[in-house]
Amino acid sequence: MNYKIENIKQIIVTKPLKLDCGQTIKDFPIAYETYGKLNKEKNNAILIFHALSGDQFVSETNPVTNKEGWWCTAVGRGKAVDTEKYFIICANVLGGCMGSFGPKNLNAADGEPYGLKFPVITIRDMIKAQESLLEHFEIKKLLSVLGGSMGGMQLLQFCALYPDKTFSAVPIAATASHNAQQIALNELARQAIMSDPLWNKGNYYKDKKIPKNGLAVARMAAHITYMSDKGLQERFGRKLQEKKDYEFTFDADFQIESYLRHQGNVFVDRFDANSYLYISRAMDYFDLSKQFKNGLVGAFQNHRARFLIISFSSDWLYPTKNSKDIVIALNASGANVAFAEIKTDKGHDSFLVNEPEFLETLKGFLDSNFEIFKNEK
Amino acid sequence: MKNEFKIIANLLPEQSRVLDVGCGDGTLIEALIKQKNIDARGIELEEKKVKQCISKGLSVIQGNAETELGQFPDKAFDFAVLSQTLQAFYKPDNVLNELLRIGKKVIISIPNFGYWQVRTSLLFFGKMPVTKSLPDSWYNTPNLHMCSIKDFYHFCDKKKIKMDKIIGINNEKISSINRINLEMKNLLSEVGIFLIS
Repeated sequence: MNYKIENIKQIIVTKPLKLDCGQTIKDFPIAYETYGKLNKEKNNAILIFHALSGDQFVSETNPVTNKEGWWCTAVGRGKAVDTEKYFIICANVLGGCMGSFGPKNLNAADGEPYGLKFPVITIRDMIKAQESLLEHFEIKKLLSVLGGSMGGMQLLQFCALYPDKTFSAVPIAATASHNAQQIALNELARQAIMSDPLWNKGNYYKDKKIPKNGLAVARMAAHITYMSDKGLQERFGRKLQEKKDYEFTFDADFQIESYLRHQGNVFVDRFDANSYLYISRAMDYFDLSKQFKNGLVGAFQNHRARFLIISFSSDWLYPTKNSKDIVIALNASGANVAFAEIKTDKGHDSFLVNEPEFLETLKGFLDSNFEIFKNEK
Repeated sequence: MKNEFKIIANLLPEQSRVLDVGCGDGTLIEALIKQKNIDARGIELEEKKVKQCISKGLSVIQGNAETELGQFPDKAFDFAVLSQTLQAFYKPDNVLNELLRIGKKVIISIPNFGYWQVRTSLLFFGKMPVTKSLPDSWYNTPNLHMCSIKDFYHFCDKKKIKMDKIIGINNEKISSINRINLEMKNLLSEVGIFLIS
């Protein structure tokens, strides 16, 4: 986690932000990245929200990890979200570890990293913190907001808080509230981290002995939930890892074991364990319907944005039913809504991989809405 | 755009709120938005067609009208439109009740099983009819509950559904249908369009 800070763009949010937990923060950094150019009319801006393990580096090469941005399949020159045409903004979430205010930041009070002294944050806090970016770029109304998984939760929260700030919205494989199974899976990940002795109640920054094993197990468990049974079987089956027979040990005999271990190992190099705790907690606390008198319907009452809800048939982490509940609420509130379930074996991760049906739908929606938005003015 | 859609479009006032149930590739919705500034939405079962609609910027949701109309509030739309699909539902009467609940008025078109070509096919050849508006064979037709214009007329009468307007289509010709000319029009119309409430 040796970040080259010079590669990270930041704004300092000076406005005091009262968090849901009761604490107030101010003068904190929000890191962001942009792609493409904002046009003169300022009507081609798209705000993307990242998922639990994501960051602001959506496209091109991530300058910190030197790997591809997490949504290169969808965002870039000539891609579904075309950076030749649109101006893309993505912020690292509050509580994150890629330059935004998070638990590894130094606490001015004692000069030590916050660790568990960092306030517990919510999805709503994340959105309020990011809103300053629109002011920064002087954008009155975005063409669209996009977000998959936890990005979709942020998106719904954004739309509910700021109904006039976007022309369209595409929540992908999302949910309006975490259910028991989703909370359970997050708890499993948190327990994996917290039971690593090196976690040390969140104080591990000083000695640089980070709870790698715990965080890697958390990532492995999460990774399984991002893929479908069929997808896993087709890709790995019972194939052995560079060997002809069982070795009768507990090393990675199977390819799937080796794959998961690899996913765990590469993750710990770029992600902070405490950030994982905080962000996953924010997801668990998320229940948009609780914020409004009239439940989820109230969240979108008289909403004028044009919504496209997308789910994936083999996603069992945020299944189609979660998306349909959003569609139903939007319809009940009279909002403008389109909905498509993409048939695929690629599970929850379908939105990150090359899934042509999904990418075509997204592109068609954005391009046609850009035309409508331009003509509206 | 086919004649039937033009007639339906003529029945709809400008700037009204319309739900097209089983909207296909969105041809009707698109025309309504462009020509009459209508706030038109759609629901469609087939993923491929839904995608086509979304790519045109239309607000269409993928779903089964048989089971998913419940999500719309009462009188959510000025008009609910159902074009030649009533006969394909398992329970057409339930779907019709739902349409009348969510739309202040409902426009329904039906392929007329009382059309003379349909009758002669059975009468003279003893075979299930295959015509322009009933193009499928008995073994692959999606139609489960065929009816004639007269059947639907009597059904509405019995259920005390108000028939504001009935239009018969025969090729390019359109005509108004009422109680008096019902027998004749039932024989001569290929498709019937009912505006009910």
